Parts: sequence; C-alpha cells; structure tokens
Amino acid sequence: MEYPIKLPETTIENFYRKLENGELAAAKCSKCGLTIFPPRPLCPSCYSESLEWVELEREGEVVTYTIIHVAPPDFKPPYIVAVVKLKNNIKIIGILKEDISEVKIGLKVKIEVEGRRGEGWPSHPRIIFTKSNKS
Amino acid sequence: MSPLASIVSAGMSRFGRREGLYWRELFLEAFKEVIDRCPNLDPKKDIKAIYLGMMSSEYERQGHTGATASTWAGLLPVEAIRTEAACASAGAAVRFGVAMVASGLHDVVLVGGVEKMTHRPTPEVTSFLATADDFHFDQWHGLTFPGFFALMAVAHFNRYGSNEEDLARVAVKNHKNGALNPKAHFQKEITLEEALKSRVVAWPLKLYDCCPITDGASLLLITRPDIARRFTDTPVNIIGQGFACGSILAFEKDFEKVSFESNVEAARQAYLMAKVKPKDIDVAEIHDCFTIAELIEYEDLGFCRKGEGSRMIREGIVELGGKIPINTSGGLKCKGHPVGATGAAQLYEIYLQLTNQAGRRQVRGAEIGLAHNLGGPGASAVVTICSR
Repeated sequence: MEYPIKLPETTIENFYRKLENGELAAAKCSKCGLTIFPPRPLCPSCYSESLEWVELEREGEVVTYTIIHVAPPDFKPPYIVAVVKLKNNIKIIGILKEDISEVKIGLKVKIEVEGRRGEGWPSHPRIIFTKSNKS
Repeated sequence: MSPLASIVSAGMSRFGRREGLYWRELFLEAFKEVIDRCPNLDPKKDIKAIYLGMMSSEYERQGHTGATASTWAGLLPVEAIRTEAACASAGAAVRFGVAMVASGLHDVVLVGGVEKMTHRPTPEVTSFLATADDFHFDQWHGLTFPGFFALMAVAHFNRYGSNEEDLARVAVKNHKNGALNPKAHFQKEITLEEALKSRVVAWPLKLYDCCPITDGASLLLITRPDIARRFTDTPVNIIGQGFACGSILAFEKDFEKVSFESNVEAARQAYLMAKVKPKDIDVAEIHDCFTIAELIEYEDLGFCRKGEGSRMIREGIVELGGKIPINTSGGLKCKGHPVGATGAAQLYEIYLQLTNQAGRRQVRGAEIGLAHNLGGPGASAVVTICSR
C-alpha cells in the first residue's frame, strides 16, 4: 500500500507567499462553502480537504486597536495594532500606519502589504492598514 | 451530587523575586507546607502522582518537569508529568488530578504549579510569555500580551462606557487585599493617582494595570472524597469544575460583546455540576493578569450582567466586606503571577478562606468559593467551585 505525501495548498506559508505578491487570500471550502481565515488545510466545519483560495476585499473597518508602547524586539514603539473587520465579517490583524490622533473604532481603512520573505525564519510580509480615502 | 474530589492540604511558597533559588527548590517550599499542614500524610506511601503546571521550560532550560519534581520531592518512582495551558497550566494540573481521583485510578495526588521567571531579563520573559498567543498572525504584527488585553479594553470602553479609572480601581482594590497577604509579591497599597499616572505599556493599559513577573510555587493535595477525613477534619470539596478553550487567535475574539467564550463555557459547566449559581459564591479568585480581564470576568462568570463590570468595582461590591469579595489574596496583580503556579495559588487562597485560615483578609462565614484561571488570549479557561 502506498502513502503518497500530500502537499496541502491552503497553508500559512502559502498565504504569506500570496500576500507577498499583493494577494490577500482566505481558504474557501468547496464542500460546505465556508470562508476560512487564517487559511488551514482542513475545513474546521465539515473537515473536507477540498479547499481553494478566495481573494478577500482590501477594505474594512477598525473594530478595536491598541497603541503599543512597550514593544518586542524588531518593533519601534509607539505603533498601532488594529483589528479590522471586512464586509463578509472576517476579521484580520495588522499594523495601522496613521497618526495616533486619527485612530478610532469605525475608521475605514485600506489593506496593504509591507516587506518580503527573507532568508531566515520567521520571515513573512506584514499586513498594513492605512486610512481609506473614501471615508 | 457528591464531590468530585477533596483538597486535604495545600502549600504555597512566598511569591516574589526569589533570587538564588530554582523552580524545583520553590516547589519544595510549597511541598513542605503541604506535608506540615497534614500530619496524617505519609508522603512516600500515600502520594500516587504529581501533576505540575509550568508554562515554559525556557526560563531554566530545564524540561522534563515531572521527573525533576518527583526526584527533588523524594517521591520516586511515582508518576509525574507537566501540564501546559499557558497561564492556566496549574488549572490544567488540578483538572488532571481531579480526573484521576474521580476515575478511581489514584486516591491521593499532588497537583499544582511552579514558575521561576525573575532571573531572566524582562525582554526574554516577555518573549517566552508571548508564545501563549498565536505567532504567525498576532505576534507577527507586533501584538504583545498587554496589547491583546488592551484590544479588549478599548472595545469594552467603547461598548459599555467603562474607563481607565475603573481599571485603576481594580488595581487599587487588589493591592489593598494583597497588603494583608504575607506571601504576596507586593504587600503595599497603591493610590488611584499612582495607578493612573503610571507609564503606558499598551494604551489604554498602564504599568499598574499589569501583573508583575514573579517567582513562586503552589500545591494542593487532592484525594477521593470518601477518604478525605483520613487526612484532615476540614477538607475542602471540589463540587464542580469546567474547562473550555477559545481561539488562540487574539484578533478573532468577540469585540462586540467583549467576552471570552472560554470563560462563559467553563463557568457554565462548573455551575451546572456544582448545582450552584453565581449569587451563591461567597469568595472568588479570578484571573486578573490585567485589570481589564478582571472587569470582563465579573461579567463572564455571571457576578453581574454583561456590561456592568464597572458597577461592581465602582460600588465596592467586590471589595473585602462587599457582597462578593474578589481576589482577597491580592490577585495576580499584587500577589504576583508565577505563570505556571497561578491556578493552584488561587485555589490555595480559596482553601484558606473556606477553612477560616485567611487571617486579616478572612471572608467571614465563607462556605462556597470559586477559582477562575485563564490562559493566553482567553484561549484556556478553568473554573473550579469548592465548598467546605
């Protein structure tokens, strides 16, 4: 009996690979239709492995935030970490690059990408929010 | 329903900056108290297992926690393992002990937890603690642990009209209690002004909204209820317990209701099993790693309605002498938070309260107590209800 090595597509590594190319993606279960963010290789609802990428919209609204003053290495405080809700109710986390005086719950933001994958580990690009021109 | 298990003895090391000691030595300090409190115990004959919570073996580069503890306690060859559920690691150890006793596999077990943290520089400690939250999304975008609880605080302020002063009041209350606890890390009161003026860590949380980095150990001796009186005339019975997980992703939390689903579910299980209601609780130790956590927990554990947490602290309902005194030990904020020990240290306080040994912070006539232990971004919650 053979046990072929399966390479799942909707993994964290692949998510960041796509993000690096400017694509903000979630997994979508082709069996039950659930949109899954962050993506994972097994649908947490129906346990199907039949998952494909679906692109997420690049605009949302701040649901909560904090201003970090005591930061981990590699981060220069103060900076704003925000949770943003997209239209389809999916929430994502990122760094809000705006003046501290500008941030508030309900702020409409655009979603962008910063950085590229490097040599060492860990090395992912980062999700960045900026104020949307539309608001 | 008959109790699940009984606590027949308990021990806790002095909490604080314990220079010159390693965790196995702090563990022995708590173990000695367990033995001394229980003259009828023959440790080598009676104790059948050790379940010990510890969040990170990184602090001392010492893994294999169970065997290390068993060796130092002179309890070889009893089985011993470490449990890990971030800040709820000791809660998880108690859960294990209760399960073993309730199943009949063992009749007497030693449970608890330990963490030695202060010998490492703060940035290292912070990075070990951060591993209790999702790495690839939360931490990767610069979210710290105080930062996560700050996300909850901003949402709570916005939804329910609570404010920074309410949070400072929680710190002031817990320091007032901790000043009466000779084993607490800090044993001094603070003022509202001091708390509000302390430096910002992750806005709106300030230094005095955050629990300290602390060394310490705490242990409980747990037995089958039917043999408890062989060891003590005043056993404390575990009459209900719940354990539930919530998402490891900080950004996935319920920022609309501003609640931890793990708290609500663990409490539901525990109340149902114990057949008691929140209003029946006489004294509680709840997980105040950050002041906002305590405020949210008043609500999640059913001590008030959702959104009314501020009223509990503003009106003194949760103070010593109030309707339901909360964190009489000083809580994590003042007693200290040696991460892996906390869940057991909370039950140590409940044990003292229900056996009328809490000294100047005794809640008169306390009969039913609750301990609530939370891990990570609200990702593990253990609720234990005890009666005397």
